[in-house]
Amino acid sequence: MATDPGTIEGDFPVHFRYTAGIAGEKFLKEIKDNGRLVAARCSNCQLNYLPPRIYCERCMSKLEEYVEVENSGIVQSYTLCTQDREGKQLAEPVNVAFVRFPSAHGGIIHRTHGEVCVGDRVRAVFKPKSNRTGSILDIEFFEKEP
Amino acid sequence: MPTEPPGKGLREEDLEHHNVITVTYQPTAKYSWATGVAIGRFLNGLKEGEILGTKCDECGRIAVPPRIFCEWCFRRTTTWVKLPDTGTVNTFSISYIATDTTRLKTPTIPAVIEIDTAGHAGFLHIVGEARPEEVKIGMRVKAVWADPEVRKGSITDIRYFRPIR
Amino acid sequence: MHVKKRVAVVGAGMTKFMRRAHETGKELAFEAAKQALDSAEMRIQDVDSVALGSAPDAFDGVHMKGEYLLDGAGGWQKPYSRNFVGGGTGVFSAIHGWWHVASGLFDTCLVVAEEKMSSCLPHPQTAFLTIFDNMIERPLGPNLIWIFALEMQRYMQRHKIPKEQIAQVAVKNKRNALDHPCAQIARAATLQDILTSEVLAWPVQRLDISPVSDGACAVLLASEDVARKITDSPVWISGVGWNLDTTYWTNRDLYFPRYVANAARMAYDMAGVTNPRRQIDFAEPYDPFDYKELHHMEGLLLCRKGEAPKLTAEGVTERDGKLPICPSGGLLGVGNPIAAAGLMKICELFWQLRGEAGKRQVAGDPRTAVAQAWGDLMQIGTVVVMQG
Repeated sequence: MATDPGTIEGDFPVHFRYTAGIAGEKFLKEIKDNGRLVAARCSNCQLNYLPPRIYCERCMSKLEEYVEVENSGIVQSYTLCTQDREGKQLAEPVNVAFVRFPSAHGGIIHRTHGEVCVGDRVRAVFKPKSNRTGSILDIEFFEKEP
Repeated sequence: MPTEPPGKGLREEDLEHHNVITVTYQPTAKYSWATGVAIGRFLNGLKEGEILGTKCDECGRIAVPPRIFCEWCFRRTTTWVKLPDTGTVNTFSISYIATDTTRLKTPTIPAVIEIDTAGHAGFLHIVGEARPEEVKIGMRVKAVWADPEVRKGSITDIRYFRPIR
Repeated sequence: MHVKKRVAVVGAGMTKFMRRAHETGKELAFEAAKQALDSAEMRIQDVDSVALGSAPDAFDGVHMKGEYLLDGAGGWQKPYSRNFVGGGTGVFSAIHGWWHVASGLFDTCLVVAEEKMSSCLPHPQTAFLTIFDNMIERPLGPNLIWIFALEMQRYMQRHKIPKEQIAQVAVKNKRNALDHPCAQIARAATLQDILTSEVLAWPVQRLDISPVSDGACAVLLASEDVARKITDSPVWISGVGWNLDTTYWTNRDLYFPRYVANAARMAYDMAGVTNPRRQIDFAEPYDPFDYKELHHMEGLLLCRKGEAPKLTAEGVTERDGKLPICPSGGLLGVGNPIAAAGLMKICELFWQLRGEAGKRQVAGDPRTAVAQAWGDLMQIGTVVVMQG
């Protein structure tokens, strides 16, 4: 539809449906069914990858062993989001942190309950099991350990 | 190659019935495309009921759709020519599928129309007022224009090309 | 043309081609890459560089797909790059990797190609609508199939080819694919099955077309300095070629892909192939549609213009014929995860030229073969000649 011959408007009429994959499925199911985080272990490199994956990118071994990650993490970094994905102002700003775990290589980005600082000890708070769907949002948020 | 190659295939039901975890996403990408110098002028031409082309001063060929460069000579083109609104069908199809992949009851007949005097150059359009079985490569056709009041500077200012009988 | 180092393929691997994979694109890339490494008994630490090919980001629905696939493809902390030339991508990936080694810059290069089209809804075709000119073509309501239908019609009419001769290619390739362990849609189809399938945009019918697929392939390239340390039977890439034509597709005569011929000449010159009809033992031209195998046979100068359908009808292109075409089963039988499909043909050449193609093995100790892919707006020909 030309509003004037100078420009034409249009769109890209697709939407997407992603699978979690072999490792992603395992990760999210452990969150949903057992309320816990798991990492994938590379025994060759002695690393526990979080989020888990079926390969070690260092040695390209196939990873099939999953290990529980203790629910006690450390805030590596954080920010306060004031806008949504499309740049509109949020009614309430959202605290987001990147949380690492001592036994794992990598970490999780998620919302926090209240403000946090680098170095704070935090733990994941899971939704009640009946409300979990196998999503990263089955974790309600991370909160500071008492 | 291993006797059992890797890969875990799923059925559509596995995804629809959430046997595996999925996430869906609808991007909100919208675009405003500039027509550019050449096509802007071409579309203005269509609004006036004219098919315009550009002529390369080096090799002499006529380009339609028009462009500000001849890609053969890699040279700027500045000469514009008015072309007839008649042509020849270079190739065509009888299409039963719409742009959104749904099925059409009545087929549409897309074709590449070579515009007269432009060598074998032409553009994509639709053949109308023709039964599918009578459309042939080499068939002579003429543009059927939309009424001047509704033309807006679009390829659809030509409604379709009809056979010259 | 000055080539510093000869380049060999020393390993290959691929996943099944599937309509919808559970694995993510990264996982598919890993499975293929790992298999290629294992087949050459090489570790990722021994690989100097990684070249990945993948077609539009819009199929997998991820941004910067090359970077996304990197860690599954073995690219972690390596010189890594991604190429994309539409359907030509798979064969072009081998050329992209070849540059790394032929230039003398690296001794080894892992080439990976991946596609996960099942993520794109309602149909990957809809991600393709922007291939049409937004100003003067999209308002006409086109469907991607139109492009193929218009090219097929022109080719058929120019040479007076009956539909039956074209459909025979689909029958042959689907049957050949019964012997391919990764095949998605292998079957013993009859000519009647193809000819009575649903008309989409005449002359294109449903069974003329390869499927939507997910999958990945990988090959390991090595320079002449190290190839023989890795394997006793390296397969040499003796010629590469690529060539593109104008996007103004309505100004071209579609009956013959001259850009494929240009690319083929470039590759044949490099490989010392002066008489392709005689010197090429078998070929894997790109067959997303059945007529494309014929179109590309002619583009590859394996026969005269208009002659390919006759050779097919005479059985010359069967796996036990004088010039086997798509002994793998091609895209029509194995499947079409766009970038991976082209690299599958390179894998096939590798296995065939080493005598490792099992039930698909072409007889007579083949020595020289050619693989080709094609894509964009009917624009690119990518060609690789390999010699055992």
